This record gives sequence, C-alpha cells and structure tokens, in this order.
Amino acid sequence: MSKVEFNKEAGPREVFCGLTSIVWLHRRMPDAFFLVVGSRTCAHLIQSAAGVMIFAEPRFGTAILEEKDLAGLADAHEELDRVVNDLIARRPEIKTLFLVGSCPSEVIKLDLATVAEKLNNRFLGQVRFVNYSGSGIETTFTQGEDGALKALIPLMESSNEEKLLLVGTLANNVEDRFKKIFGNLGISNVESFPPRQSTELPKIGKNTKVLLTQPYLSETVRDLKHRGCEIISAPFPLGIEGSTEWFLAAAKAFKISELKVHEIISPLINRAKLALESHKEILKGKRLFLLPESQLEISLARFLHNECEMDLIEVGTPYLNKELMKEEINLLPDNTKIVEGQHVEKQLDRVRESNPDLVVCGMGLANPLEAEGISTKWSIEMVFSPIHGIDQAADLAGLFSKPLKRNQILTSKTLVTH
Amino acid sequence: MELTLWTYEGPPHVGAMRIASSMKDIHYVLHAPQGDTYADLLFTMIERRGQRPPVTYTTFQARDLGGDTAELVKKNIKEAVERFKPKTLLVGESCTAELIQDQPGALAKGMGFDMPIVNLELPAYSKKENWGASETFYQLTRTLLKEKVSSSEKISPLRWKELGRRPKVNILGPSLLGFRCRDDVIEIQRILSEQGIDTNVVAPLGASPDDIERLIDAEINICLYQEIAEASCEWLKRNFGMEYTNTIPIGIKNTIEFINEVHNKLDLPLTNKEELEHKSKLPWYSKSVDSNYLTGKRVFIFGDGTHAIAAAKIAKDELGFEVVGLGTYSREMARQVRATAKELNVEALITNNYLEVEDAMKKAAPELVLGTQMERHSAKRLGIPCSVISTPMHVQDVPARYSPQMGWEGANVIFDDWVHPLMMGLEEHLIDMFKHDFEFVDGHQSHLGHTATETKDLINSDDKKDNNPKEGIIWTESGRAELTKVPFFVRGKVKTNTEKFAILRGILEISDETLYDAKAYFN
Repeated sequence: MSKVEFNKEAGPREVFCGLTSIVWLHRRMPDAFFLVVGSRTCAHLIQSAAGVMIFAEPRFGTAILEEKDLAGLADAHEELDRVVNDLIARRPEIKTLFLVGSCPSEVIKLDLATVAEKLNNRFLGQVRFVNYSGSGIETTFTQGEDGALKALIPLMESSNEEKLLLVGTLANNVEDRFKKIFGNLGISNVESFPPRQSTELPKIGKNTKVLLTQPYLSETVRDLKHRGCEIISAPFPLGIEGSTEWFLAAAKAFKISELKVHEIISPLINRAKLALESHKEILKGKRLFLLPESQLEISLARFLHNECEMDLIEVGTPYLNKELMKEEINLLPDNTKIVEGQHVEKQLDRVRESNPDLVVCGMGLANPLEAEGISTKWSIEMVFSPIHGIDQAADLAGLFSKPLKRNQILTSKTLVTH
Repeated sequence: MELTLWTYEGPPHVGAMRIASSMKDIHYVLHAPQGDTYADLLFTMIERRGQRPPVTYTTFQARDLGGDTAELVKKNIKEAVERFKPKTLLVGESCTAELIQDQPGALAKGMGFDMPIVNLELPAYSKKENWGASETFYQLTRTLLKEKVSSSEKISPLRWKELGRRPKVNILGPSLLGFRCRDDVIEIQRILSEQGIDTNVVAPLGASPDDIERLIDAEINICLYQEIAEASCEWLKRNFGMEYTNTIPIGIKNTIEFINEVHNKLDLPLTNKEELEHKSKLPWYSKSVDSNYLTGKRVFIFGDGTHAIAAAKIAKDELGFEVVGLGTYSREMARQVRATAKELNVEALITNNYLEVEDAMKKAAPELVLGTQMERHSAKRLGIPCSVISTPMHVQDVPARYSPQMGWEGANVIFDDWVHPLMMGLEEHLIDMFKHDFEFVDGHQSHLGHTATETKDLINSDDKKDNNPKEGIIWTESGRAELTKVPFFVRGKVKTNTEKFAILRGILEISDETLYDAKAYFN
C-alpha cells in the first residue's frame, strides 16, 4: 500500500442522505416504485435533488407522517397499509415496491420489515415488497443504493452456474459496452445487479464472480459473500487505468490470459488516450480539492492524478471502507491526504487556504465557491452521467476540464471580472 | 399519512431558512441530520446565490441518538456563534429533531450569550414552508422589539406631520425564493418615492436585526406578501398601533388602489391621480386593436394565494379574459381565494396535490394557464400555453433582467409574459388551420412541439379517471371530421360538451350536425 495519509473529521456536514439515490435507482428499474415513509422534508429533498420533474407521475413518492401518526391516534402501520393499497390500485404496473425508511421513521422505530412481510403475503404473485433505510442518520447519498441492493439479495435465487455479475447501477449504454467487451474476452455469461427490470434478478451462488462497478456497496458485498459469491478485487472502472485493471482482474478470475485482454482492449486504450489529450492539456498541473459526497472521490482522484496529471490537495470521502478501496488506494500517489467524514466549515477553511484550481463539491456549495473565484464541479453529475469504462474516459475528464475551460474564456481580457 | 408525489411547499424550517438567508447578521442553528442540507441548493441553485445560507446543521447521526445529542447541539451553537458572530441567533429543529425533543432553543438560551436568541418551534408534521417563514419573521420581530412595547406610545400614521418630515413606511414580506421579490421591492420603493414617501426598512430581504429594531421609526407598514408578513404586521399594529396596508399592488387597478390606501392611511393628499392611469403601458396595450383577440380567452389560474388572487383580477378586469379555474395551495389563504372565485363564478380549488390541479385544468379546457413551475409541466403535457406567476419556481423564473410583478413595470411585465405564450398558441392554431394546404411543409411545428393533443387521441382516449358518460355513443365520420376543424385548444371542451349534449338528447351517433346543435345549445 502506498503511503497515503488517512484522517478522520467530524462536525457539521454538507451532503445528501441516502434517499437521493432513488433518483437514479427508479430510472434503472422502471417496473419498481420507491415509497419513502417520512416527512415533508424527505419529499422536498428528493424533488429538489431530482430537479424539475417533467414526467406526469414519478415512480417515487413519500408517505408523509402527520401529527396523528406520531401521537398514536392513528396506527402508523394501518395508515401505511392504506397508502400502499391506494398506490397499487393507481399504479397496477408496479412489480416491486421499495418501502424506504427515513430519519423520522427510524427514530419512531416504524417496523417496515414487518409491514413489507405482511404486504408480501397479501399481494403474493402481484407485487413484491422490500424495505431498506435511506435515512440521513445512517446513510450518505450513494449508500442508499447499497441499502436497496442489499434488500434485494434475499429475493435472488441460488444457482451454481458460472457467471460474471456486475454490481452497481450503470448507465444502460455503458452496460451494453461492457457486456460486448466481456464477450470478446470470452466471458459470455454476464449479468447486472441491479437489473433493468426489478423482477429479473440474477441467480447467484458459489460460481458467481462479483465485479463491482461502484465503490459504495460495502453492505451488498458482505451479503453477496454470505451467499457464496466470489468478490473480484479490483480498482473501479473509471478512466483508462482503472478500467484496464478492472478487465484484467475479471479475466484473471475466469482464467483468461492477460495477453488476450490486452489484445482486445489495446485499440480502445489507444483511442481513449487520444481523446483524453485535449482535456489533459487543460487539467495538467492544476490543483484539485475533492469534498466528500459520493464515495467516488478516491477513484476520481486516482484518475485525475494518474491520467490527467492533476495535483491532489485533499481527497474527502463521507465513508471509507479500506478493504474495498484497497486496490484504488494502492494506485494513489504517495502522501495523498484522504479525509473521511466532514466538518464543512473547517474543510472550507482549508479550501480557501490551499487556493485550488478546481473543487469537486455538492450543489449547495458550488455557486458560493464560484462567487469567491474558485472553479467547481458538482459531484452529483458523476452519478447521473455515463462515466464508466475506457470509452468514457475522455467524457469523464471533460466533466472536470469544462469548468476550467469556461473560467479561462470568461476571465480573458474581453470580459471584466470582479 | 398522506401520499405525496410532489409538494408545492417545503417543510416549515425551509421557510425559516428563507427568512435567515434573506437577512444580514443572522445565523440559524438547525438541529437536523445531514440530509437536510439539501435545502442549501434551493438558494444557491434556484436563486443563484453566491453565498451559502447562514445555517449550521448539527448533523446528528444514528449513533449519537443513544448518547448526548444535547451536547452536540451546544457544541454546534458555540462553534457557529464564534465563527459567524451573528447579531441575532435563530435556533430550531427540523422534522427528525422535533421527535427527539432536545429543545435546542432552550439550550441556546442557557449558554450565556449576549445576543438575542429566537427559539423557533415550527411543527414539521402539521405546518408547511410559508407558515414557517411567517412564524419566523414574526418571532424575530417580536424578540427584537418586545422590550420597546411598554415604553413606546402608539404610533399615529400622521406622526410625520408633527415631526415635520416626509412620511416613512416599512415594506414587509419580500424574501428569497419568493416570486420576483427582488424587483417588486425596487418598483414599490420607486412608486412610493414619487409620491413623496420614504422607505424606512425593507424586511426581511436585505435587513439586519438592527433594521428590525428600527421598524417603529416608520408610520405605517406595507404588507407586500400576506403569506410572510401579515402575522408580523398584525403584531406591530397590536403593540405599537402601526397601521398596515391590505392591497397587493399587482395590476393597474390594485396599484392605484394601493397608492390610494397608503395616502389615506397617512392622510397625504394624492395630487397626481390622473397621471397614475398612464404610468403603465398595460391599459393601452390591452385596449389597442391587436388585443381584440384576447377577449374571452379562457384562463386557468393556480398558485400561492397572493399571486393567484391578483392574477384572477387582472385577467378579468384588465385583459378581458374569462377565468375558468382558480385555485391555491396556500391553505392559509383559502378563504380569500374562495371569495375571489365566487365573484368570478368558478369553484375554488384548494389542494396540495398537483394531479388534482392537472385534472381540473384538463376539465376546464383553458387557452392559457397561469401557475407554478408544476402547472407549466402539466400545461406542456396538455399542449396549453402557460406563464409562471407564482412559486414554487425553477431557475428560469429568476430572470437576470428587471422583471417585477408589482406596480407599473410589473403590469408591463405581466402583459408581455401572459400574452406572448398566447401569440404562439395562435401560431399553433394557424399551423393547424393551414396544415392541409399544399405549401405546408410536413413536420412544421410551433414551440409547442409534439405535445399538443391530437384529435384522434382525444376520441380514442379511454381515460378511466374521466367520468364522462359516453357509453354507447359513437362519433360518425362527419362528426370526427368536424371535430378536427375545431382549434386544438378548445377541442377537448367541444368534445365533452357535444357528448354531454348527445346524452341529454338521447343521441347515439354524433354527426357534424350534432356538433353544431351542441354548440348552439351551450351558447
């Protein structure tokens, strides 16, 4: 392991809670509905994070707790029952209903597992119910996906068939690319989790080899191991280097030679390197500060340093699973400063002191930092854009070069700055 | 428990944040878990604010719950006070913290600070954003002025005469994330100043706690947005005798009435009465012959109470539209909206459910929708032109240019913003009319794109939520053909009416003649 500096920090934070992950999960599984059991704050959070909703009826909603639910005047379980009945009557096409716990439902100890079990019995063969917590007292942003996937594992049937299982939500086009490349490598039995339809869950067992596409799935990994799956240790498929190592690790698990892998992906690498050039020109030597939010920060730091030659000031992450991130940390330059957790005020002090060229941060902080003359990139874009794989390396770099390029255009002498 | 897919208003602590973020030298310590920090982006993204809201979130986690969350609150209060040195501290809790009952306000008061501390108790499970904003502004005003209550005499609106200076007023209610507040304030100040009236304090937008303490230097209060300021105005009236205005100066009539009301209260002679009629271009633009086609345009209105009521009056009296629907999500203003609806002979829709609003919109078959950002989406789906008149809003509803809703310029802005989408609607109509001409290029579209409803969809649609009694009724070839000739924006209404007529008369087959019979019947 390289000599990386680990720090922990606690204090006021500026991050989303796990409910936010519903925004991409519901798009991945169009036959599922996510019902948050929470407050008006939860409803407002999801609609604000999702931006303007342009669809008639979204496949997520909130059962808002009211005074009478809390005062015990109404039985919260019965109330939830009623809401679910109404919902299913209105949306008969729903195949899986996620009951998502929130901060208030966790604090009043609403037993969503029991509710889900009862509903499963009643709607047997029509709708499946699973529950998990996306509460901000337990989860940060992407950890919501970890909870949702973990909740689906008990529904996955067992099979000893040999297969490669890609775990973590991917953009559909990226998933198709990956499957094609694995096919070329000779791995043809490739499935994804979460699947595109909530009812088409992959079967798993001792011959399932799990390759993670996202770094924030600690709990899911643990449960997949319990089901006998083999976890392939690899960095994450962000950038050319990460993706190459990721393909190599998969190939090794399937006893496919390194030579074969290089033969297949070399043309892709050459093409990607060419595409990366113009972005590297802008990013090279620029100093980067990553604030914690998505848990993608360490992989992004590795890519932006190793392939785009940026200098790393600080790499924040809301949560660090050293075991899962082992391969990534090994690829980081010596003396990289990793900070787990957050004290947002102290961290912003460090941002200002270190005078970075680019800060990766949440939407609440981006404009205020821009107003101070610091270029920013919103971290939420990483979870909505197709950024995985060799072919996407230049697009990924583009997310970071664009604000710098824009800054160059706007601060040129044709415009007055203030 | 209430199923909500989308909500017009956030929770009450977001209302408190609107007050805190609007002001200077204030800090708000909010006992809340990390996810609640999402609310910052409402200010930094929608309003494009270059400053973070002055809010510290205590960020308690599940593991803190077994221990001492009260200590965590105190630690955060101490750090926030040291770092931000506010002149007044707001302390409160969000929905989850309300359940664990740490009473952060009481804790703060026990910490020995010199500055005034406002303890905000905003019931998250029964109240909403605007109520929270109103309550926060009220508690803040009360906290900062309560010591002066006994010592001061009642303030006469005529005091300016004794003091030998121009009359002074406060403008209360404008806040961040309110609709066009930034520009309304400028417009109203300009109008008052032309009338020889000075603005003492604008609050909460841009005010500091010192300014709140100066409120009583003015003679009267202008209550610009009842949702936010009425409770404070009422308290100032009760305790200091300060009168406040009730007229919201949106539209020409209301702006003139507002100026009259201010003059009457201050006993200031209104010397330029005739001039006022010509301050805005709206009356002439509305009268000019080009606007003839606006007559009787069917308009559907939904928004906050203040803007919905104002829009209804302008639509009817100043633009000659027909109001076919009026509603609000502001339950606090339901009574007033109902009264306005009654005057217009429509039933008021009071709801927080946007799907109900969309259904009502569909049934009313309007030619123009005036609503919030959600009605813009609904109208787009239905292929109806729309203009946004109220929060909740999108980043594009915070324009760079000066675009108030109030006063003379506000009336100009309203004319343009409401009539331009209709012009384009007319373009859509023309395209529809000429689409059978040989010159017509296939695929030509107006800005409404593919969204406008096709006749065949209308006829074939079997909307189960639509309780239209159409069983057994058949549209004949000639009936269908005639229906396609009806302008798209009233086609739905014509279809419904014709079917209603057919049932009434026991007609089973609708021909072109039935259509005309129905038309005559409903006229």
